[in-house]
Amino acid sequence: MSETATRIDIFKTYKLYVGGKFPRSESGRVYEVTDTKGQWLANAPLGTRKDARDAVVAARAAVKGWSGTTAYNRGQVLYRVAEMLQGRREQFAAEVAAAEGVGAKRAAALVDAAVDRWVWYAGWTDKVAQVAGGANPVAGPFFNLSVPEPTGVVGVLAPRAGQGFSLLGLVSVVAPAIATGNTVVVAAAERAPLPALSLGEVLATSDLPGGVVNLLSGRTADIAPTLASHQDVNALDLAGAIDPEGPGAAAALEAAAADTLKRVVRPAADPSAEDWTAAPGTGRLLSFLETKTVWHPMGI
Amino acid sequence: MAKTKKTETETGTGQPVRAGSLFAYAPAPESPAAAGEIATGYGHFIGGEFVDSSGSQALKTVNPATEQVLAEFAQGTEEDVDRAVRAARKAFADWSALPGSERAKYLFRIARIVQERSRELAVLESLDNGKPIRETRDVDLPLVAAHFFYYAGWADKLDFAGWGPNPRPLGVAAQVIPWNFPLLMLAWKIAPALATGNTVVLKPAETTPLTALRFAEICRQAGLPEGVVNIVTGDGRTGAALTAHPDVNKVAFTGSTPVGRAIAKQLAGTRTKLGLELGGKAANIVFDDAPLDQAVEGIVNGIFFNQGHVCCAGSRLLVQESVQDELLDALKRRMGTLRVGDPLDKNTDVGAINSAAQLARITELAAAGEQEGAERWAPECELPGAGYWFRPTLFTGVSQAHRIAREEIFGPVLSVLTFRTPAEAVEKANNTPYGLSAGIWTEKGSRILWMANRLRAGVVWANTFNKFDPTSPFGGYKESGYGREGGRHGLEAYLDV
Repeated sequence: MSETATRIDIFKTYKLYVGGKFPRSESGRVYEVTDTKGQWLANAPLGTRKDARDAVVAARAAVKGWSGTTAYNRGQVLYRVAEMLQGRREQFAAEVAAAEGVGAKRAAALVDAAVDRWVWYAGWTDKVAQVAGGANPVAGPFFNLSVPEPTGVVGVLAPRAGQGFSLLGLVSVVAPAIATGNTVVVAAAERAPLPALSLGEVLATSDLPGGVVNLLSGRTADIAPTLASHQDVNALDLAGAIDPEGPGAAAALEAAAADTLKRVVRPAADPSAEDWTAAPGTGRLLSFLETKTVWHPMGI
Repeated sequence: MAKTKKTETETGTGQPVRAGSLFAYAPAPESPAAAGEIATGYGHFIGGEFVDSSGSQALKTVNPATEQVLAEFAQGTEEDVDRAVRAARKAFADWSALPGSERAKYLFRIARIVQERSRELAVLESLDNGKPIRETRDVDLPLVAAHFFYYAGWADKLDFAGWGPNPRPLGVAAQVIPWNFPLLMLAWKIAPALATGNTVVLKPAETTPLTALRFAEICRQAGLPEGVVNIVTGDGRTGAALTAHPDVNKVAFTGSTPVGRAIAKQLAGTRTKLGLELGGKAANIVFDDAPLDQAVEGIVNGIFFNQGHVCCAGSRLLVQESVQDELLDALKRRMGTLRVGDPLDKNTDVGAINSAAQLARITELAAAGEQEGAERWAPECELPGAGYWFRPTLFTGVSQAHRIAREEIFGPVLSVLTFRTPAEAVEKANNTPYGLSAGIWTEKGSRILWMANRLRAGVVWANTFNKFDPTSPFGGYKESGYGREGGRHGLEAYLDV
């Protein structure tokens, strides 16, 4: 030990990310977040149903602007997220290592993969319309075109299990939804929310308009049912719905979502076996799109 | 679409079944005998055979234009449904293993036989449904054949459809269809399911089972392997048993939003893939620069086509204030020339309401329109004594809060609202939980695209309305359901992707 006193670290106050701002929970409460060995890491805000509703309001307000921006511009914003995440690689590697109980090297690789995933989806923004839409050769003198459009506000239950779930998994469910112009309200993994809350800091410095991504920590059993039954949420990604029963279970959430006919992406058959490092494909990218078909007569 | 009609003012031998007396038309009825032999009683079509129900309950299907019973048919029991699902399951292995090029040939055969028998099917459909023969002949049947022909061609090209090589079918598809386009909805469901290698159990609506049962004969003529297509008849209880069956991999439903919601709830937590095509309350938006004569034709086609029994019907007319009077005058004039009556008459524009229950619903909602303060107008026209009929009706002075502006009427009732600016038109058009279709009438191209971009609806018809094509994806936003039917998009509903 040196003779000077050991420097005392500055702890971070983890906050929600809603509407481009970093509020504490309206509950004024926090809960303890530990690493996989039970060691205390930080206190996370205990986001509530009210926080979830506020986040939906923010997400809805952001739909018009974000879905109206050009696909090229959305691509640049998503690429900017990759740049910002790359710059904070060490911080996220430490958070992922603690959240998932993996070694430093593995954690760094998972962060790299998360950066690369942003880049993958950044490139998709201005290509998906041609892949998912097109001209229809109808049997008559009509111009007939089908184009994909964003569904609107997507409630996302961030992955809570599987390889790389805490950051890479989160990015793998958030990026495809916003790449196509949706806005999202994310219930972060309840036990491992810190990488998600830190991602808010990256998004806030990436030219992403406020409200496009909203990140909530707290009890999934509170936040998820609020999103599932909310009249102003259009779709639901249940990646993290791994409770076998109770209000946060996939079946209960899907049943609640049926009242407003939300589009629902069901969780994997075995979420803990999910490998988020695997190539993502276009499944999630295409899940939160509506196909609009426009007809017009041709003639002189 | 209404076509130009021959006038017969000189001979004057026609029965006047329409408003006014400017044009008189001689009767031009299609022969009911062209529908072929209608049995007195029908069972189900399961495993390639017509079989009796395990239960004893029979339902009756009536000709809604005469209220005469056409036939009795079985009320499918849970046991019947189970038997059909097992037949479909048994057939699935061989059918899905068949090379796509061979599956295609069966579908091409079906398309051709439908074309060959289209007059028979058209007449049978008009008898059972009440829709004018002109529609079944010129719209429904050509589209049915085209749909099978289109998806036949996909069966051996699925590797190139955009989901990577060798996309797999789902298995057994449970399909429940409505009564408004019985055979066309059957085609929309069965053609893509079979092309992708699934087998099906289909339940037609309880007021219109006959063309589906006739289609079963076509499957036999086409030599379709046993169990690939199974038809189980019955009412909503049969449908519920089918959509809840644990051994189906796909549920496809077209019908009302409440039933669609119930099915979505029922399937929550399962791995069954679900597609829903539900209700609508489409806005048909007319700007002051629109070609008004064409717009009037489009409005009439939008709401009176198929007696308004169309989920994508243009049931809310949004007209720009500055042309409201001119447009409504022209619209009323045009409505006065609609001929309501015998569905088998080739000159009939508006046929019979499909059922007493539907007529009661339309009547109730129209009465609510009056009670809530909207002004009702309908042309004077004689309606036949027997059968279920409703005059083409329009309401003016409708507010967005009125039930007739919010609820799907599913009948020949048009609610007229007005707007001043394009932004207001968009707000009003989107002010509904539905999002199936919309119409835009304007001569300005940039405005069409601006509007089309902002309307939250799955199909937008600009300067036209109610156009359908097998290559063109159809389906809703919001509470009008999810999934698409038609085109390449329609394959996704039946593939494990």
